[in-house]
Amino acid sequence: MTLDAESCVVIVGAGQAGFQTAASLREQGYAGRVVLIGDEASLPYQRPPLSKAHLKLDAEDAQLHFRPDAFFAEKRIELRAPDKVTAIDRAAQRVELASGEGVHYDHLVLATGSRPRRPDWPGIDLRGVQLLRTVEDARQIRALLQTAKKVVIVGAGFIGLEVAATAGAAGLPVTVIEFAERPLKRALSAQMATHLLQAHQSRGVEFLLRTSVAALEGRDGHVSGVTTTDGRHLDADLVLVGIGVQPNTELAQAAGLAVDDGIVVDAHLLTSDPAISAIGDCARYPSAHHPGAVRLESVQNSVDHARSVAARLAGKPAPYDKLPWFWSDQGDLRVQMCGLSQESDDVVFRGDPQSGKFSVLRYCGDRLTAVETVNHPAEHMTMRKILTLGGTLTRAQAADPAFKLASALPVATPAPKVAPPPIADPSKDG
Amino acid sequence: MAQITYLHDDGSRRSVSVPVGANVMRTAIENDIDGIIAECGGAAACATCHVYVEPAFARRFPLPTEIEDEMLESTASERRPESRLSCQLNMPAGLDELIVRIPPEQLP
Repeated sequence: MTLDAESCVVIVGAGQAGFQTAASLREQGYAGRVVLIGDEASLPYQRPPLSKAHLKLDAEDAQLHFRPDAFFAEKRIELRAPDKVTAIDRAAQRVELASGEGVHYDHLVLATGSRPRRPDWPGIDLRGVQLLRTVEDARQIRALLQTAKKVVIVGAGFIGLEVAATAGAAGLPVTVIEFAERPLKRALSAQMATHLLQAHQSRGVEFLLRTSVAALEGRDGHVSGVTTTDGRHLDADLVLVGIGVQPNTELAQAAGLAVDDGIVVDAHLLTSDPAISAIGDCARYPSAHHPGAVRLESVQNSVDHARSVAARLAGKPAPYDKLPWFWSDQGDLRVQMCGLSQESDDVVFRGDPQSGKFSVLRYCGDRLTAVETVNHPAEHMTMRKILTLGGTLTRAQAADPAFKLASALPVATPAPKVAPPPIADPSKDG
Repeated sequence: MAQITYLHDDGSRRSVSVPVGANVMRTAIENDIDGIIAECGGAAACATCHVYVEPAFARRFPLPTEIEDEMLESTASERRPESRLSCQLNMPAGLDELIVRIPPEQLP
């Protein structure tokens, strides 16, 4: 379906996926109306730094916007923020906004994202108990870190470990409570997770595994401690809860679209209604890199979904087939992943974990499915190419540090595009 | 105030006045300068804020970290000795002017 200049694309959600859809529509030459609806007051902004550099005590109130105000006017992107879509009328192809406005759409893009799971533990509403999703959440956590004496983090996922590293580096005692027997159980191999666990422990972070929170205690309305389900008590004046997210699917569900832990879409990211796409954290899609459908929460997923939908709406449809990749900064650990593995996939080490710089390759039979890397971005980037281009890398080659990974690429990779000559004399230029 | 000038492939240029410490990637983003994508938000994790820094200016900045150096191996446009990730460059005190050239491609 190609949309003409009289048409209107409405995008619900102004996070990474929603913003990118609007920007990519214009890059692709779409000339119709673009209406971008976000429920936060600020201009659309980047979330990854919120759990990383943005939490450091000496961090300035960093600028996180994707683009300045002027960009939206120049690109004719009608930003409605803060506002909220309250209902989708699929028959009339119209969304209703909390502000009272109704907007007709020729195509609707649901980029509603996800929200942190909020457990119903006693004491969850105490001051000093934080979830982390928005820039305002991050600001509050940074303020609490200035005066905190003891930090408890519930959930050893990426958010939890990133914040643990930052709080630990600031000299605060940190305890991480994790329900599973190891960190990052859903995301990484046991071997890589164990390496990260030991790295955090060696930097002084304490871990309580196979336990959860029974209750949060408070004093004068502020959290003062945590009782675990196995009966331990921990003092705490800052508790970060990072136990995963849930996709924002309520709007889609109310509109009668198929939902199954995410809005169900096809290989073109279309929902069960051909006038509605769903992308980013909230979309469950059939992956070209994994059996069955997946729902991913990452910058790559949001950005590539957005570009795919924008290209389709501009008349260049193609099934979505991008390779998932992800990164996490945990203090001095740069963790990178590409591809998608299943828990049962085998593990092959490349490099020596003792060196602090190595990769874990996941294999399903003879097929390389995913690669997890620590502090070795060049290897991560080469593995991305191998997985994207469908190169062959045997287990023996993978485990051999002398084997040149570039020779596993299926064909000679095209030479990088040649840039213009270096600047001869900048003082005379122009 | 100092000045950062961004040179584009087509010969066009934009100059922006900045305070000491200004980040070269963020300055481009906040001033809506084309050709700097910065998908990862400044973590040296995506190599889409690649710039060429004229050698005369390059030595005013700390050398690339190992992470940046490895990411520069995977830029979409060719890596050169003067290649840097602009998210890792903050304007040092005493530098009045910086000129960077934006490469033709940032995405593979």
